[in-house]
Amino acid sequence: MEHTLTKEEIRQEKNLVYKKTNVMTDNILSYCPGCGHGTAHRILAEVIEEMDIQDITIGVDPVGCSVLAYNFFNLDMQQAAHGRAPALATAIKRLFPEKFVFTYQGDGDLAAIGTAETIHACNRGENITIIFINNGIYGMTGGQMAPTTLPGMKSSTSPYGRDVQMMGNPLKITELVAQLPGTCFVTRQAVHTPSTVRRAKRAIRLAFEYQSKNMGLSFIEIVSNCNSGWKMTPRQSNEWMEANMLPFYPLGDIKVPEK
Amino acid sequence: MAKVIGDIVIDIERCKGCEVCIPACPHDVIALAKNVNGKGYHYAETINDKCTGCANCAIVCPDGVITVYRVKI
Repeated sequence: MEHTLTKEEIRQEKNLVYKKTNVMTDNILSYCPGCGHGTAHRILAEVIEEMDIQDITIGVDPVGCSVLAYNFFNLDMQQAAHGRAPALATAIKRLFPEKFVFTYQGDGDLAAIGTAETIHACNRGENITIIFINNGIYGMTGGQMAPTTLPGMKSSTSPYGRDVQMMGNPLKITELVAQLPGTCFVTRQAVHTPSTVRRAKRAIRLAFEYQSKNMGLSFIEIVSNCNSGWKMTPRQSNEWMEANMLPFYPLGDIKVPEK
Repeated sequence: MAKVIGDIVIDIERCKGCEVCIPACPHDVIALAKNVNGKGYHYAETINDKCTGCANCAIVCPDGVITVYRVKI
């Protein structure tokens, strides 16, 4: 393509299409290269910026890779005990019903140690937003098998692949909470390609809008990669995720509010 | 037909060289550099002028290091 504009002429404030949102701090993310956590953080921050709710939003961090998320968001954040983020978010939302409250949890936090808190918060229909990052492995502690690990998938504690006879079946917690009457919006998204990132961002925006209308709990699962835990390069892990994770965890809305 | 040209600016010191932006680019503008940044990662760089400013690379970048500009001519 031939054109006459120089790079300096193109790189002007009036031509700006996309830059990092101010709702994220300038700290360098502690995640591995190519980790879906960074993208999930960024789209969440962009939604908060677009809705202009930065000073009335409170986030709750889990334990796991995203335990340091309070360093990356320019928001009021609270750190919960392992798995107890929905319980803490319940307390915050009940004390400050006019604030937007979200939890950001991984699969070791939400689907393993925090199953009880998650299911009961969903069943009570607390008016919060839960963002659940599912990478099928315990990333922070060194790639051990998680409840969400696929059958046959290798991890450091299932080196020959997950044997469902011995280790049980993977837990589809998103389908589980969709059965509960307290949830209003349950969806599963991914963040590995531009189109999936756009859809995931739209889902997060909808969840915050439902929260502002007091419609109940919104639950957004984001299927993500863990290239360090899966022992792959980021590109390979995204391809592996598309070939193996997405058939088992199909993307799309599972429960949407009635109009 | 209006022609659109774009340009991206990559913050090379924050780039971790994960290559997620490379398959996202429809015009093959991005590749990994031979050089490394201060942390030892091969950073992403632009290799041609075909950028249309679609922002796909910036949208998938986990570390948010890409700034996108677009102008209609």
